[in-house]
Amino acid sequence: MSIKRLIGIFAVGVATVAVIAIAGLVFSTMGTFLVKGLPNITWQLLSEAPRNNNTEGGIFPAIYGTTLLVLVMSILGVPIGTITAIYLNEYTSAGAVMPRVIRFAVNTLAGVPSIVFGLFGLGFFVQFLGAGLDKTFGNTEAIWAKPALLWASATLAALTLPVVIVSVEEALKNVPREMREGSLALGATRWQTIWKIVLPNSTTGILTGSILAIGRSAGEVAPILFTGVVYSLPQLPDGISSQFMHLGYHLFVLSTQSPDVDKTLPLQYATTLVLLMLTFTLNFAATFIRSRIRSKQFR
Amino acid sequence: MSKKIAETKIEAKDLSVYYGAKQALHHISLSLLEREVTAFIGPSGCGKSTFLRSINRMNDLVPTARVTGNLSIDDVNIYDKSVDVVELRKRVGMVFQKSTPFPKSVYDNVAFGPRLNGITDRAELDRIVEESLINAALFNEVKDRLDASAMGLSGGQQQRLCIARAVAVNPSILLMDEPCSALDPISTAKVEELILELKKKYTIVIVTHNMQQAARVSEYTAFFYMGHLVEYDKTRKIFTNPSKKETEDYVTGRFG
Repeated sequence: MSIKRLIGIFAVGVATVAVIAIAGLVFSTMGTFLVKGLPNITWQLLSEAPRNNNTEGGIFPAIYGTTLLVLVMSILGVPIGTITAIYLNEYTSAGAVMPRVIRFAVNTLAGVPSIVFGLFGLGFFVQFLGAGLDKTFGNTEAIWAKPALLWASATLAALTLPVVIVSVEEALKNVPREMREGSLALGATRWQTIWKIVLPNSTTGILTGSILAIGRSAGEVAPILFTGVVYSLPQLPDGISSQFMHLGYHLFVLSTQSPDVDKTLPLQYATTLVLLMLTFTLNFAATFIRSRIRSKQFR
Repeated sequence: MSKKIAETKIEAKDLSVYYGAKQALHHISLSLLEREVTAFIGPSGCGKSTFLRSINRMNDLVPTARVTGNLSIDDVNIYDKSVDVVELRKRVGMVFQKSTPFPKSVYDNVAFGPRLNGITDRAELDRIVEESLINAALFNEVKDRLDASAMGLSGGQQQRLCIARAVAVNPSILLMDEPCSALDPISTAKVEELILELKKKYTIVIVTHNMQQAARVSEYTAFFYMGHLVEYDKTRKIFTNPSKKETEDYVTGRFG
C-alpha cells in the first residue's frame, strides 16, 4: 500500500472522528436537556411566576421579558443596521474614506466582548441618555436614568449591529447592477431606486440579518446585566422604562443564587429547554418567512 | 407619405470621456438624426457603449467618470449644470444588453416609469400599459397574464418588456445597448422588426456586435475604434464602400 493511500485513509479517519465528536456533543447536550427538561415543562411553568425563592412556580415573567427584549431590540437595531448598510453600499464608493472608517468601526464592534457592551450601555444609555432625558423632562425622580427594558434592548441592538449590517449589505450586493440601472434609466432618483427596487429585493437579507441578530442576542446575558435585567419582579414590565426578567439570567439565578440549588434543578433543565426552544422557534419562523418571500419573488 | 426632413436630434461636439486617468472617448463630434436608427459598431472596448451611456448620462454613476466637451439633445447641452439628470433620463429611454425586468408583475414593470411621474389613476395607467405593450409588440402574448411575474417570461419577451417599460415614459430617444446579444434568432428577428416600427416615433441609437443586424436595422452607422470615431456615414456606404481602411477591415471581419 502506497504512502499516499495511507495518508488518504488517515485523513478520512480523522475527519470522521471529528464529525462524530461534534455530532455527539450536540446530540448529547440537546438530549440531556430534552430528557431532563421535557417532563418538567408544564402549563404551570409556562404561565406562572416563580414562587418560594424560585424553587416553585413557573418562569413566565422571564419568557415574557426575553421576548419583549428581543422584539424591542429588533425594532431599534434592524432599521439602523439597514440604513447603515444602504449608506455603505449605495451612497459611497469602495475607496472613499467615510465607508472605510465605518467598516473599520463595524468590524471592531464585532470583536468587542459582550460584557463591555453591558458597561457601555450602563454608561451611555442609562447614565448619559437616561439622565439627559430626565433632565429635559424635569423629572424629579429617575424615570429613564435607571436600568430599563429600553436600554437593555438598545445595548443588544448595538451588539448585533455588525451582524445586521453585514447581512443586509450582502443582500444589497446581490441586487444586480442592471436592475438599478434599469430603474435609473427610467428617470427614477437614487432614493426611488433604493426604495422601490433595491430594498424589495433585499427583504430576505434584512430578515436574515434580523434572524442572526435575534439568534445571537436572545441568550446573551452580559450586555443586559447592568442595563435592565432583574432577579425577580413583583409584576410584569408595563413599558419600555420598566425592568424585566430574562431566561438566561434567570438560569444563572436558579443555578447559583438560590439557597437550595438542588431544589431548583428541574426548573433549571426546563428553563434551559425553553430558552433553546424560544431561539429555535424564532429562527425557524424567520427562516420560513424568508423562504416564502424568496420563492414568491423570483417566480 | 412625404419623405421626412431629417433634423439633428443629438449632437456631440468634441466629447471626451475619462474613467480616472484612462481616456475612453477621444474628442467625438457627430450628429444623429431625428427618427432614424443609428448603429454604433466596433470591437469591444472601443468606446461605443461609453458614448451611448453618455447620451443619458448613465456614466454619471461611475464615480471616476469625467466628461468634457458638449453633447446636445434638441440643442440643449445635457452636461450643462442646469440640466436635471432625472428629467433627462425620462426623455432618453434605455434598453440594456441583459434584459432585467424587475421582479414584479408584467403590469407593474411597465407602470413603473409612469408611476414615478406621479400617475396614479388606474384607468390612465391601464391605458399606458396597454399602449406600451402594443408598441413593444408584446401585448398579445401577455394580455392574459399582466399580473403574473415578469420573471416567468421568455428571454425575448423580457427584452421586449424592457422596451415597453422604456417607451411607457414617452421618451423621444431610445438607446439600445446590444439588445439582442442574449437572444435566439427568432427573438432577435422580432426585436429587429420592432426597432424598424419604433423608428417612426423615436430616435434610436443601437450598439451592436452583429454586422448583419447593423445593416438590417440602421440608416446610419458609426464605427468606433480605440475610443475614436473612425467613420460615420450611411450604413450602406459603411458596409459597401467605406472611406477608411480600418472600417473596411472591421466590417469584412479581418479583425475585431
